[in-house]
Amino acid sequence: MADAYMDLVGSGFGKVLAKQLGLPQPPKLRRYQSGEPIAPGPVLLLGSGATAQQLADVLLGWELDVRRHFTDNVRYGAVFLVADSFESPSELGEPALEMGRALKTLAPGARVISLSKQATEQDKPSVAAVRRGLEGFIRSVARELRGGATANGLFLGDGVDGHNASLLGAIRFFLSGKSAYVDGQFLSVEASGSTVPDVRTLNYDGASAPLAGKVAVVTGAARGIGAAIARVLHRDGAKVVVVDVPAAGDALTKVANELSGTALQLDITREDAGDVILKHALGRHGRLDIVIHNAGITRDKLLANMDQAKWDSVIAVNLESQLRMNEAFLAADLQGLRIVTLASTSGIAGNRGQTNYAASKAGLMGVVAATSPALEARGGGMNAVAPGFIETEMTAKIPVATRAVGRLLMPSLMQGGLPQDVAEAVSFLASPEASGINGQTLRVCGQSLIGA
Amino acid sequence: MTEQNQTPASPQTVRRAVVIGGNRVPFARSHGAYANASNQDLLTAAIDGLVARFGLQGERIDLVSAGAVIKHSKDFNLTRESVLGTALAKDTPAVDVQMACATGMEALGSLANKIKLGQLESAIGGGVDSISDAPIVFSDGVRHALLEVSRAKTLPQKLAAFSKVRPKDLAPVAPGTNEPRTGLSMGEHQALTTAKWNITREAQDELAAASHNNLAAAYDRHFFDDLVTPYAGLTKDNNMRPGSTVEKLGTLKPVFGKSLGDKATMTAGNSTPLTDGASAVLLGSEEWAKSKDLPILAEFVDFEAAAVDFVSGEEGLLMAPAYAVARMLKRNNLTLQDFDFYEIHEAFAGTVLSTLAAWEDEEFCRTKLGLDQPLGSIDRSKLNVNGSSLAAGHPFAATGGRLVATLAKMLHEKGSGRGLISVCAAGGQGVVAILEAR
Repeated sequence: MADAYMDLVGSGFGKVLAKQLGLPQPPKLRRYQSGEPIAPGPVLLLGSGATAQQLADVLLGWELDVRRHFTDNVRYGAVFLVADSFESPSELGEPALEMGRALKTLAPGARVISLSKQATEQDKPSVAAVRRGLEGFIRSVARELRGGATANGLFLGDGVDGHNASLLGAIRFFLSGKSAYVDGQFLSVEASGSTVPDVRTLNYDGASAPLAGKVAVVTGAARGIGAAIARVLHRDGAKVVVVDVPAAGDALTKVANELSGTALQLDITREDAGDVILKHALGRHGRLDIVIHNAGITRDKLLANMDQAKWDSVIAVNLESQLRMNEAFLAADLQGLRIVTLASTSGIAGNRGQTNYAASKAGLMGVVAATSPALEARGGGMNAVAPGFIETEMTAKIPVATRAVGRLLMPSLMQGGLPQDVAEAVSFLASPEASGINGQTLRVCGQSLIGA
Repeated sequence: MTEQNQTPASPQTVRRAVVIGGNRVPFARSHGAYANASNQDLLTAAIDGLVARFGLQGERIDLVSAGAVIKHSKDFNLTRESVLGTALAKDTPAVDVQMACATGMEALGSLANKIKLGQLESAIGGGVDSISDAPIVFSDGVRHALLEVSRAKTLPQKLAAFSKVRPKDLAPVAPGTNEPRTGLSMGEHQALTTAKWNITREAQDELAAASHNNLAAAYDRHFFDDLVTPYAGLTKDNNMRPGSTVEKLGTLKPVFGKSLGDKATMTAGNSTPLTDGASAVLLGSEEWAKSKDLPILAEFVDFEAAAVDFVSGEEGLLMAPAYAVARMLKRNNLTLQDFDFYEIHEAFAGTVLSTLAAWEDEEFCRTKLGLDQPLGSIDRSKLNVNGSSLAAGHPFAATGGRLVATLAKMLHEKGSGRGLISVCAAGGQGVVAILEAR
């Protein structure tokens, strides 16, 4: 995981040299640690309207130092732009420029978060203009930020106000170190019927953990991102069932024993994989609340050279197995089941030599959108996380030059993400706090151009 | 002998012992995949896989009983040391057992009895053996000299002690499977028994081919997904030869019983090679299993040990299970045909076939087993249906755990019925057991 380049340019002579040569200098990202403050400094809250006032009250309740106007000599830990009441493009200018002044003094790892409404066909053109305009604005702000700071946005659905628990859960995720590698992204929050835990508790443990009492299944959990997801779900209070192919059983044993979970050796392409998982989770742990579809494979080849075996195996493992398992889970009629699947930025913009992989991962985004309503009807939901360049055993096999480009030059954050970054997003989307977030794909890519 | 209306001493305290599940590492031909693993490494891995499968991390198991046949003197506390290396609670007691190839069965049977008596709620039984990690025994000449060196106080005394070592003393004495009292290897002993019962080469090769093909088919249908955890890069038993045929096995030359000339029938193909591996089985009371939401695969009904006088040549070395089964059936009011599965461990195909022949033989059953009529034959389609030692390999002490976990799962899948286990062992011993489906 340690990247020699980052070590070189991160300190001492290497740092000086990198600066003089104009080489990229990847910042150290602020990642979540238990007990961390939710924001690394005072919070500047810009914008107007009822939501802005409600949010200011909530943030004060979180014991944050909330400022409503920019002042010099403050190292802001976060800047909010509340724009859900904006009706024309002219309203964006003043808060945007005020934000601009604050960007010069942001603390390392600071967060910029916008709250707005998503443009729809029903909007008046001027309303749609400011709503879409803000998206381009935030994504561009994200590219200007330095020091590991990020900018992301939240869309407020109908009836979602500044007190909506799911919105506050999403704000807490974006504010915290859990979103370290999420940059330039938007999530929609809808009003949700299910209850959400008290989001005022920022640092949780034991009974107050967001997944306390939940049983979670993670496929492909023997190593890499899957193992990291299992660790974070366990940290967040869940009892984890770790699943991987029988051939990876020894690594799976270590993960299970580390996390006091149970190991289930299972090939997920088996016809009855969903039933085997259900039987294990319900029989041994009495319930099943969370399923993380992480298991996946790559069989890269230019399409011109692609053989049927490579194509079929990727579609079978990455896509068809999940469709079959989801059917079994839906048939079991579990209440409140939340599913998160691992898509990929390759599935968004495509990637040379990955037609089969991209087809499978893009397909999953379709699965998410189409499956979520049925789960929502049972108080649950489904989302996807699309990782960009993540430092794992799998990406370590990518040729050095390609890897360097993927890691350094393309993402705004100038570095690859860690498995933990993906895991944090997965755990958030699997939690009741995200009950108003469904059918979506969240990129965890450091705002990479690849997969743009 | 007249039947008495005997009642057990205290029936109210006897309850059921159940098999919850098992785990083993893939069995490996010796000096191969596990060449650098110790007995302790292998047993730790087998137990740790069991802990992961059943979520027993930090759990205090009432007793872990296991052992190895080929064991270092430094491994005097092998099972306890292995337990300390697992995710089990550190206050889990452990005991070492040794009864040659029946070590695992003896460990499991004793644990089941303790559960039945209410002395244990939970238990793990198993075994391990690694020929690759065999202790090297030095000649008595070197040993005496080295011990004298350690007792010597001055340098000249030490040198004088060392000088007593002769070059010929330096050759290590390789561990073997020869019977100390006869000097014959186990294979040579079985060759005599095989010939005595007129077991044909073809019959042995058929049994061996079936063992390989049954084991491979069981892997193909995912039967071992929850029974085997990979270790050291090995994911399946590497002695297994899918697609074995009687024709191919027929091309091999006999390796045992060559003195019998044309009647030599035992080859490397219908005998089990030396193997490394470990297994562990989780047992418990019904109450304990239910309180932990653990599955119950089978009930451990009974077990029985026997030994025969092979030294005088009165009985074949590996025939003790034939006697043990007869006694156990009588005690349980069962016939040999009252079983849905038979797991008869074969160090050699000839062992199984000799045992079956003996049970069918009127004279043997009358004179040796004291029965009015033969035990009879078994439905061969119920024998070792998911493979057996010939294909899987036979790490001596680990075989019992493999058999109990495999049979328990087969019975549970069937949903009803009874299974018989038979394991022969060096020293003319054997242990047999009955499981019932749950």
